[in-house]
Amino acid sequence: MSAVSKQFPGVTALDGVDFHVAPGEIVGLVGENGAGKSTLMKILGGIHRADSGTIALEGVPVVMHGPADAARLGIGIIHQEREVIETLDVAGNVFLGREPLWAGPLRLLDRRRMEADTERQLARIGAPISPRTIVRRLSPAQQQFVAIARALSMDARLLVLDEPTASLGSSEAERLFAVLHDLRSGGTAIVYVSHRLKEIETLADRAVVLRDGRNAGVLQRGEITRDRLVHLMVGRAIDAGIARRAMGTGPRDPRLHVERVRTRRYPLAEVSLTVNRGEVLGIAGLIGAGRSELAETICGVVPAVSGRVLLDGQPLVLDSPREAIRAGMCLIPEDRRGRGIIAAMTVRENMTLPTLGSYARLGLVQRAAETSAARDTAAALSVKASSVEAPVATLSGGNQQKVVLGKWLSLEPRVMFFDEPTQGVDVGAKAEIHRLIRRLADEGAAVVLISSDIEEIVAESDRVAVMHEGLITGILDRSLSTPEAIMQLAIA
Amino acid sequence: MTRKELAVLLLLVALCAIVATASPQFLSVTNVQNVARLVGTYGMFSIGVGIVIITGGIDLSVGSICALLGVLLSMMLVEWGWPAAVALAAVIALGACLGAAHGLLVARLRLQPFIVTLCGLLLYRGAARYIADDSTKGFGTGRGFEWVRTLASGSIGGVPMPFVLMCVVAGLAWVLLHRSVFGRHLFAIGHNAEAARYSGVNTRAVITWAYILSGILAAFSAIVIAFYTNSISPASHGNFYELYAIAAAVVGGCSLRGGEGSVIGIVMGAALLQVLRNLVNLLDIPGSLDFAVMGAVILIGATADQLFGRRLRRDDG
Repeated sequence: MSAVSKQFPGVTALDGVDFHVAPGEIVGLVGENGAGKSTLMKILGGIHRADSGTIALEGVPVVMHGPADAARLGIGIIHQEREVIETLDVAGNVFLGREPLWAGPLRLLDRRRMEADTERQLARIGAPISPRTIVRRLSPAQQQFVAIARALSMDARLLVLDEPTASLGSSEAERLFAVLHDLRSGGTAIVYVSHRLKEIETLADRAVVLRDGRNAGVLQRGEITRDRLVHLMVGRAIDAGIARRAMGTGPRDPRLHVERVRTRRYPLAEVSLTVNRGEVLGIAGLIGAGRSELAETICGVVPAVSGRVLLDGQPLVLDSPREAIRAGMCLIPEDRRGRGIIAAMTVRENMTLPTLGSYARLGLVQRAAETSAARDTAAALSVKASSVEAPVATLSGGNQQKVVLGKWLSLEPRVMFFDEPTQGVDVGAKAEIHRLIRRLADEGAAVVLISSDIEEIVAESDRVAVMHEGLITGILDRSLSTPEAIMQLAIA
Repeated sequence: MTRKELAVLLLLVALCAIVATASPQFLSVTNVQNVARLVGTYGMFSIGVGIVIITGGIDLSVGSICALLGVLLSMMLVEWGWPAAVALAAVIALGACLGAAHGLLVARLRLQPFIVTLCGLLLYRGAARYIADDSTKGFGTGRGFEWVRTLASGSIGGVPMPFVLMCVVAGLAWVLLHRSVFGRHLFAIGHNAEAARYSGVNTRAVITWAYILSGILAAFSAIVIAFYTNSISPASHGNFYELYAIAAAVVGGCSLRGGEGSVIGIVMGAALLQVLRNLVNLLDIPGSLDFAVMGAVILIGATADQLFGRRLRRDDG
């Protein structure tokens, strides 16, 4: 791809970007949110058309009118949002849109071939999933493998993976990397888009950095280090090593007691836990370890099978998030688009949703008070939006997450749960969110941080609880919480 | 006013202008009064159904509720000799109860709104016919409850009461939807019920109240319509009203996916439908075609919105 440009109304998404990838090469593509990675990949996948510039495949210029053209040319793309149809089975997803047919006038589906091929592709990536399983029943990680199997079954010459490990645990990610190495040896060209710089460091033969829709630099294997990547990405220095944040110094009395709680996901596993005022308790674990379910159960989103939750010594009876919020427990959910934001509503409307009553008199919203509160929160969190009246859908992922955070700040929560707060968030916003997490703890809240990013857990937590299949397999004090120690407990 | 509301308004004005040029009768006092009366009547329950649609639900039961409550109102007043005030209160309370039942089934038991209110449509129609023994009910001479008749079908300074009532209802509904905490929660639920729940919105209560409001407004309309027609045949009274309401809401900018819509839009949508019916009448189009004309105009409007509206929005960025 050379000199590719793309304008969207009001923004230049890409401005003369050059990008190439050779057979048998893994190119890491990195950049902050909004740097143009996704747009570039969407042009490559035929979803958008470039305003100018050329795309050539093996030296031959190509013009694509839609994703089907890209697939025909051997370009396989695995998007960030797992694009699977939940009600179809695995084989149906893998062959969606190009189902093999029996010869004959009725053009019936060749199920046997679909299932055999699917099984072969899944075996290749070491994911033992039956081709007949309905995709909805699979874990997010397994669904991701289905998407990967789909791309592989197209015999793609060029494979693009956009944040493929976002919903994978470490061991699953390792398996994916092994598959990618195999494919590379087989001559496939691979583009790997990720915010997880560590993965780029270990995986990529070359790293291409975009910034503000332009080429910001290229690093060859051996030159790729976190610091250099980050430096190119942001153009400003951010300490991206595991720099542990200074511990808070406030009083440390127990605030939240979780006593022998059993969740619906793991009804046989009992969890007991204490979170203190002023501390950040990290919860680490592989995907599917039951961390989100634990947080949602404690916060009243789903009822507990058994057990008690005590806040400042008072037992809580919760059967909705509403009651948890009233008691002072707030949750920032993992699924930002589905549960965190209301995309079509404005920044103001999103931010004041939990507290709207406090800006109302006789049930009527006092718009001036509401607007100024929303403005203050937006300014305090440095939300980048044209105004508080902009629909949240128009904001970048990091800014959307800040809006979700903004909902809870004015409530001064006593306990705050963060579930994967920096997933899909750019480096700058990530640092701001981390600062805010620490600030909440310093102000006396008990903070629980759930994250699949081990470095984040290590850097930001005072203590780390590690979960495996619904159970807490260990709680590590700060001095002992190394990535290796956490990993040991997580695999258990 | 949003662009969508403006578009409906323009369409409404244009349509009125066309009908007025084609038939001078359109602007005659009697005709305007007549159209206003119908707009008032249909507008009232359309607002109720619109509120439900904004939550992402649907209410198919309003036509049958009109029939059932109309039959009961007549029997209370004429056959059982209830005091008028008691009868009115009973009818409105019953409307609220039916709405509450729908709301609880939808919000608590998580049944699909379409199924719940479709069953309501069938149930209340059957109940109306059974209670009335399938015979037509009316209000006779109306002695003893003249004031109800005046309130439901009289007029103030030439303006028909249903229209006045609808304006009051619309005003209250506007405040409720566009200025109150309840209204904000209603739209939030329509857009993303999960996110609203995670934000501490009492989604069950809000959804239940939407159906209750729809039931109450259906009861208001039932009273007005009963006195307007003065003859309630339980098998056909209120037929298709739910579809008028849905059409009015959709024409007025509500999305059936929820989260979008406005009171002004719904009222204008209801008005548009009545002007169309009036057009069929005045322009000597066979009356059998009136549904077809409505269907055609709505379809053309929706298509134009999709084709041009999208382009406009894109230019807008």
